[in-house]
Parts: sequence; structure tokens; C-alpha cells
Amino acid sequence: MSGTFLLDGQPVPFEPGQTILEAARAAGRYIPHLCWHPDFPPHGSCKLCIVKVAGRHVSGCAMPAKEGWEVESDTPEMNGERRALLQMLFVEGNHFCPSCEKSGDCQLQALAYDLEMLTPRFDHFFPDRPVDASHPEVLLDFNRCIYCELCVRASRDKDGKSVFALTNRGIHKHLVVNAESGRLADTDFAADDMAANICPVGVILHKRVGFAVAIGERTYDRAPIHEVAMRPEAASDD
Amino acid sequence: MIEQRKLRVATVSLAGCFGCHMSFLDIDEHLFELLERIEFDRSPLTDIKHCGPCDIGLVEGGVCNAENVHVLREFRANCRTLVALGACAINGGLPAQRNHLDIGACLDEVYRSRPGLARAQVPNDPELPLLLDKVHPIHEVVRVDYFLPGCPPSGEAIWKFLSDLVNGRTPRVTGPLLHFD
Repeated sequence: MSGTFLLDGQPVPFEPGQTILEAARAAGRYIPHLCWHPDFPPHGSCKLCIVKVAGRHVSGCAMPAKEGWEVESDTPEMNGERRALLQMLFVEGNHFCPSCEKSGDCQLQALAYDLEMLTPRFDHFFPDRPVDASHPEVLLDFNRCIYCELCVRASRDKDGKSVFALTNRGIHKHLVVNAESGRLADTDFAADDMAANICPVGVILHKRVGFAVAIGERTYDRAPIHEVAMRPEAASDD
Repeated sequence: MIEQRKLRVATVSLAGCFGCHMSFLDIDEHLFELLERIEFDRSPLTDIKHCGPCDIGLVEGGVCNAENVHVLREFRANCRTLVALGACAINGGLPAQRNHLDIGACLDEVYRSRPGLARAQVPNDPELPLLLDKVHPIHEVVRVDYFLPGCPPSGEAIWKFLSDLVNGRTPRVTGPLLHFD
């Protein structure tokens, strides 16, 4: 059933089956997200698209829009929730922006800028996550993984290779490479796979191009993520 | 009109590289403007060794050894407003990248196993502060009032932040001034 709902007080039309986030995007309205991607079904793991509907917190990427709903998104309360989620993501991994070659092109960092996250607030985990530099063209730095599973989904559903997987549960969850040795070099992974170009953070990095664009002149150095993510080319880009 | 008392400001670099202090000096001619409103207490710029009662404390760097802990607590005890200045104070930064390694193994690697070391031993002069097993952001040790990210925060960001603070506004650094790198 198509109809209209209110997003932060402004009417947003929707088609049957559209989620809150999809309908908002179609109407040119940005709702923050990390694990959502237009080419894949909703994943609902990062919860950055959290919105408030009728007093409840729901994932905007997964919740189908309904007629007459009043949805709160860009409010101090929702942005505060998002900031806390970002802070938890930051302390759970090793996110040292000054030494990351994705800095300036990283969606996690860009959202932290947009939502004015000034401090990690919580105690850091400082986990031990060795890198995998075995592949000739691509480096895996697991320190920055946020478990969005975009690489898992892209490799399985688009590249037909199932190179990546998440293993274990809860706090022990981590990204692994599907090879007997566990090394990326021992898979049929290629640098032009969709999975090699979809990481929103700095895990899957192409070798020898890390600083081709200088720090300070990168995507989110030039424009905030709420503008970049709404550009037409961003729809199928990383 | 009663002359306004100058705000006392203390600064320190704990497990930092002094890059944030260098960036502080990058506010250039604003320093003159600032010095009409503030005076320095303990700081590398004054060489005062201990912090007295202050209005603002700027802390660069994380906490990597026992001395850092003492200095940081002295700052917290004396400064009405304590500011974490730069990436290392906020999340440990570069020094914290040793955190997943065993500190004993680190010291061995640096002081004992490298080739070409005569009478190799881990330095153990009692004057040297003991290392902590992990490098901590300062908010894990004391309460922190404000955070100014950046590696280092730019001179413009530091000026915006400090001019807000000394003029009684809530300091806010946003948009292009807010950077983690």
C-alpha cells in the first residue's frame, strides 16, 4: 500500500514494500547508515539508521513504511543514540584514524564527524587482530572491521565466491577468510570483485594506492557524508 | 572598570609527540590576542614543573607510564576545565598501537634482541617511570571536560576551541575543523 508518512514533520511518499530508509532516500532525505547498501536486502546490524516511530526505536533500513506514521530521525535524541553506537564501534576495534590509509574515505569516520562524536567515551578493548597481507593486490586489516557483512554478502551474492564469513558469536565474532589456510591469497578473490570495493571502513584495502589522494583532499574531507551519500552515483558506489 | 583576571592555563604532553603543542603555536598572531586573556602555569612553554590552581588544563598524549598517571591526576586536581587535546589523549593514538603486544616482549625486542647492542639490557634506572602494560586514553584515568580531536587538531581548530572557552561559550568544533587525522 502506497501512502505518505511524516519524517521529522515533513511528508515523505512511499511505494508498497518500501522501507522507511528507502522512501526517505527517494525523497532526498538522508538517514545515516553503515551496513545498508542499495544492492542488498536490509541487514539491520549497525543500527545507525535507528529512527523513532510511535515511541519505539526501529531500524529504518528494515522497517516497511506505513501510512500516517510519524518518524523521528534527525533529532537530538536519535542522533545521541547514533553517537553512542558509533562510540561502541570505535572502542570495540582498533580505529586509529591518523594511521589508517582509509582516513577521509571512511564512512565510520565520516558519520562520527557528522554526528560530532568527539570522544570514544567508553573504555577501549584494544583487541589483537593480526592483518592479512598475503594477497598480492589487497590487504586485510581486521582491526577496523565493524561486522557489516557487506563484503560477505557481496562475495557470496554478487561475486559468487563466498570469500568472507563471520565466525563465532557475540564479543568473539570476527571476520574470517574462507580458505583452509585462512589466508586471502589462497582464495580466488580478485581486486575487481565487488567485495573488494564495498568495505565502508578500512579493512579491505587495495595495495599501492593508499595515498594516491592526499589526506585532506578525500571524499569526506570535501563534503559531509549526508551530502555524499545522497549523490546519484553513491547509489551503487561504496 | 575592574580589570578581568587572566585565566591560568596549564599544558602538558604525556605520551604524545608535542605535535599538538606545535599546532597550538600555529595559531600564530592569535597568540597575542590569547595572551591578553590568559597566562601560563605549568607548560613546556614556561618550564614550571608542577601545576598550581588553573582554569584550563590542556593535555596532549595518552597515559603510558606511572609518571603520566601522576601528572594527569595533578592536572585534574588543579584545573577547573580539563581538555583532552588531540588523538592520543582521546584514544591512545599511535603509542596505543602497542596495546595488543606483551610489554615485556616489546622491551626485549627493542633493548635486548636487536643486533649490535653492547651489554644489552632493559633500562632500569630508578629515575625512569615504569611503563603501564597498556597505553590509555586520558578519560580512562580521570574525568575529562572537553575533547578536541585531530592528529594534531589544526591551529584554526585550537583557536576556535580556546576562543570559545575563554569567552565563556561552550567550545564547539564542527565541519571542516573536526578531524580525526
